[in-house]
Amino acid sequence: MAGKVLMRGTHVLGEAAIRAGCRAYFGYPITPQNELPEYMAAAFAKMEGAVFLQAESELASINMVMGASIAGARVMTSSSSPGISLKQEGISYLAAMELPAVIVNMMRGGPGLGNIAPSQGDYFQATKGGGHGDYRVIVLAPAYGQEIADMTRAAFDMADKYRTPVMILGDGMMGQMMEPVVFPEPLDPASFPKKDFVLDGCQGRPSRIVRSLWLDTNLEEELNWRLVRKYEIITEEIPDEEIYLADDAEVIVVAYGTAARIAKGGVHRAREAGQKIGLFRPKTLWPFPYEPLKRLSRKIRHMVVFEMSTGQMVEDVRLAVEGRCDVSFYGRPGGVVATPEEIARVLSGVYRRLDHGRGAAAESGHTFRSVGSA
Amino acid sequence: MPFPYRTGFTQFLRGASKVKKVFTRPMSLKDTPFHYCPGCGHSIIHRLVAEVIDELGIREKTIGVPPAGCAVLAYNYFDVDMAEAPHGRAAAVATGIKRVLPDKLVFTYQGDGDIAAIGTAETIHAANRGERITAVFVNNAVYGMTGGQMAPTTITGQVTTTSPGGRVPLRDGYPLDLSEMLGIAAGSVYIERTSVTTPKGIMKTRKALKKAFMVQMEDKGFALVEILSPCPTNWKMSPAQAVRWVDEVMTKTFPLKVIKDVA
Repeated sequence: MAGKVLMRGTHVLGEAAIRAGCRAYFGYPITPQNELPEYMAAAFAKMEGAVFLQAESELASINMVMGASIAGARVMTSSSSPGISLKQEGISYLAAMELPAVIVNMMRGGPGLGNIAPSQGDYFQATKGGGHGDYRVIVLAPAYGQEIADMTRAAFDMADKYRTPVMILGDGMMGQMMEPVVFPEPLDPASFPKKDFVLDGCQGRPSRIVRSLWLDTNLEEELNWRLVRKYEIITEEIPDEEIYLADDAEVIVVAYGTAARIAKGGVHRAREAGQKIGLFRPKTLWPFPYEPLKRLSRKIRHMVVFEMSTGQMVEDVRLAVEGRCDVSFYGRPGGVVATPEEIARVLSGVYRRLDHGRGAAAESGHTFRSVGSA
Repeated sequence: MPFPYRTGFTQFLRGASKVKKVFTRPMSLKDTPFHYCPGCGHSIIHRLVAEVIDELGIREKTIGVPPAGCAVLAYNYFDVDMAEAPHGRAAAVATGIKRVLPDKLVFTYQGDGDIAAIGTAETIHAANRGERITAVFVNNAVYGMTGGQMAPTTITGQVTTTSPGGRVPLRDGYPLDLSEMLGIAAGSVYIERTSVTTPKGIMKTRKALKKAFMVQMEDKGFALVEILSPCPTNWKMSPAQAVRWVDEVMTKTFPLKVIKDVA
């Protein structure tokens, strides 16, 4: 598989995981991501020592991930929204036990059973702690096939480096779409440094414990602050974003993942009409790239946040902007995928209302307002 | 004629270095006093598991998975690698460990609430997959750590804090015989129910635990030992009464027997 290959997103993710040294996968079927476990099952069947297991539930699969991580493997599970809800128990424990693992969420419409169409309704769940307790999960948001490959590699490296669960947040469309991809060279798991927390029998060393129960409140507090210190390092080291056509822009559309690709199409159309509109695309959702967005907000008059949800990331955008420019929101929840023309209309509408020539934004200052359905 | 006792005493002194130690702490237990209540079965069962691990010489290749419940702190006592599982998920965590490290030995240590209520699905499917793990199932018919609530194994009529008038099957459900259910699973190889209320029962339990580990060592499939264990504190009995209650009452619902043995 040298050079450029054409593959669907889920297969890209699976291949990239294997090349990152992932040798254990546990999952439970749910649409729209079944091609990923199918890819892992087929590939691992041909690989000595690799573990694929279809579990009886998402709950079981995330706990198998926990066991495999405790045993030292680079391990992954994947699911879609309702299944990720079930995995939250285990994710909280993984964070508490400081165990590396990669969790893939190919989001679909919700809440509840919702539907199987692409959506971005799980942003809060992914970035604000879907499970109980004080913890964070690194959340990577690819938008292109190549990024799926690159971010999957990065996800495993980050999980091991920081000893923390990492989530790759995609959606049903991204999983299905075929794109050209160049994969990184495969890593040999035998070459990885030995992890000092692994339980593999206490031969020649004192016995170890992997735990998350700290009945002594002082010790639990210590764990919480230790996690915070780790999260501070992560927040310094990994935030990433794409800033596109922003140098002269008066309006910026902020979007991630599939929504960002649609938004980019909208930006192109607006530019063709002579409107100075650019794009800001977070590639890490946690940690959110607050600083670059903050800098941008000093020279931008209006930010439009576009999500395939009713408005979740918009709260992080407002935190970054802190009133320095107007922020409005446009969303298509429930599995509806907007078109670039639709986004272009929304952006052009905002741009025209900027009231060129009469100074600052004329309307309601820095308040949040929903643009609503086009 | 010398005093016979004098000869005996001298011989005793000469032979002192050859005195055989017949009882000591197993290698697989740390030098930590148990926190369990007086009359609780966990201390005995911990010791039996540790003795079996010692006897089989597997301490350095064993990974234990304790539950949420009274035995959550088992890792403070066992001197083997231990991974704490979320409530009920021990079989899944053990599966993950064993699949990645198939040449190691993995055991779970779970109470009745953990294995037969919240962890039913994980346990049945691990058994059905013939997962090469050994499950130690401590049944005391009650949720111990949370303070004596009704458990899946609470027997009909038994008073608990959440069945104050006694368990009524058509309201509260019947006592669940998980071990029989696991026996039906094609992947289970050896399942036995024992108790630790008499010296004979303790020896039988030890034998059963050893067999359950050997089933795993021989790569045959899933093995489980269900151990009826007294909980005087939550049963509101003296330790002696609790032991009698296991023998005379609890065993009527959960008879001591080999439930399955195709090893």
